[in-house]
Amino acid sequence: MISVRNLHKRFGDLEVLKGIDLDVQQGGTVVVIGPSGSGKTTFLRCLNILEAPSAGSVKIGDQTVDFSRPLSKREIASFRKQSAMVFQHYNLFPHMTALENVMEGPVTVQKVPKQKARERAEALLTKVGLGEKLHEYPFQLSGGQQQRVGIARALALDPKVMLFDEPTSALDPELVGEVLQVMKDLASEGMTMVVVTHEMRFAREVADEVIFMDGGHVIERGKPEDVFTRPSQERTQRFLNLIQNTDVL
Amino acid sequence: MSSLFTDPERAERLIDIAQSSLLPLLEGVILYTIPLTLISFAFGLALAVLTALARISTVKPLQIIARIYVSAIRGTPLIVQLFILFYGLPTLEIEIDPFPAAVIGFSLNVGAYASEVIRAAILSIPKGQWEAADTIGMSYSQSLKRIILPQAARVSVPPLSNTFISLVKDTSLASLILVTEMFRRAQEIAARTYEFLLLYMEAAVIYWILCFLLSLVQGRLENRFDRYVSR
Repeated sequence: MISVRNLHKRFGDLEVLKGIDLDVQQGGTVVVIGPSGSGKTTFLRCLNILEAPSAGSVKIGDQTVDFSRPLSKREIASFRKQSAMVFQHYNLFPHMTALENVMEGPVTVQKVPKQKARERAEALLTKVGLGEKLHEYPFQLSGGQQQRVGIARALALDPKVMLFDEPTSALDPELVGEVLQVMKDLASEGMTMVVVTHEMRFAREVADEVIFMDGGHVIERGKPEDVFTRPSQERTQRFLNLIQNTDVL
Repeated sequence: MSSLFTDPERAERLIDIAQSSLLPLLEGVILYTIPLTLISFAFGLALAVLTALARISTVKPLQIIARIYVSAIRGTPLIVQLFILFYGLPTLEIEIDPFPAAVIGFSLNVGAYASEVIRAAILSIPKGQWEAADTIGMSYSQSLKRIILPQAARVSVPPLSNTFISLVKDTSLASLILVTEMFRRAQEIAARTYEFLLLYMEAAVIYWILCFLLSLVQGRLENRFDRYVSR
C-alpha cells in the first residue's frame, strides 16, 4: 500500500532525512519512534507532501510520485487524496462545529451533496464516540474529544492511508486512552496507518512494524517485541532506556 | 458673547437656524455622507483583500506593486489625493464628477490602510490551519475562502472599525471637491447666517452620533464572531 524509496529532505544546508525506505502492507500499521530532531515528523509530513521531499519516491496505492523533479499543484493535490493526516495539535477549524469540521472536506473538496455528507459525518462522529457533540465548537471540547474529531475529519475523506503525527502528545494523560482506542479500532478494521508516537504500549499492541529513527536515518526496524525487548542497535537501547526512565510509558 | 444669554431675540434666531438647518444637514448625511462611506468602504475592502493577498503572495511583481500602492497612499495626505483626482486630472482631460472622484479617492485610501489590517489578520492565523486545509485537499482559494478569511475576519473587526469610523469623518473632506455632503451644507448655511459656532457644532454632533451608532454595530459584530472562541 505504501512504498517509500530513498527519501531525502533538505532544509537549506541541513539534511533532515538521509535516505528513508519504508514498505507498509495493505491494512498494516507502522509505528515510527525516535528522539526529537530525528526526522520522524518530517518523514510523516513528506508522505503527504506537507513538506516537499528533496529526492526519492513515494508510492501510495497505485500512485507514485518521484521527487527528483518539481511537482505541479495538480499532481500534489491528486497524490494527497490517497492519505489523510491527524495532527499533534488537532488543527481543527475553530469557526466550525464538530459536524462542520468533518463535513468540510467532502462538501467543499469532493463535492459530496450536503445531506449525504452530513449523514456520513454524523456516523463517523458517532463511531469515535462523539455522537452527542455534533454541534459543539472545538473550544467546547476536551483535547481528547478534539483529536477524535480530527480523526473523524480525516476518515471522512475515505483515505487509503491514515497518517498520525504524535496524535496523543498534546493530551493530558487521562485523555490519551480514548484516542488510542479509536486508533486501535481503526487498525483492527484494516486501515493502513503510519503513526509517529511515543506510546510504546500502543506500538506493542497494534504495530506490525516499529521503525526507530535517529539523525535522519532508520536505525532499526522490526516487530515491536523484537525492537523493544532485544534491540540490535545500541542507539535504540539508549533511547528506550531514556523514555522508560522518564516514564513516558 | 453675553448677548447670547441675555438677548431673547438672539436666542430665538439661533433656535430658528438650528431647526431650519437640521433638515438640509440630515439630507446631506443621507444623500452623500452615508452612501459615500458605504460605497467607498465596500470597494476599499475588496481592494484591501486583494492588496493583502498580493503582499503575502510569492509572486514578486505583485508584492512590489502592492507595496508601492500602500506606500504612496499612506505617504500622501488624503486631501492632496482628492485634489489630484478632482482638480489635477482634468489637465490630462480626465474629468470626474465630484461624487465619483470622492468614491475613488476614499476607496483607494481605505484599500491601502485596511490591506495592512487584513494582511496582519491573515498572518495571525496559525500555520496548522493552512496545513489542515491542505491535507483535506483544499486549493489555495478554497483554503482562503473557507478557512483563513473567516477566521481573519474576526481578528479584523476592531481595527477595521477604526478605519470605517475614520472614513465617516474623512468624508467631510469631500466638501472641498464640491460634494454637497453634510459638512459642506453646514459651511454654506454658516456663511449665509454668520452662525459659525452653531453650524459647526451641529455638524460635529451629527458626526459623533453616526460614529457612536457604528461603534454599537462593531460591538454586535464582535459578539457574533466570538461565538466560537472561549471567553
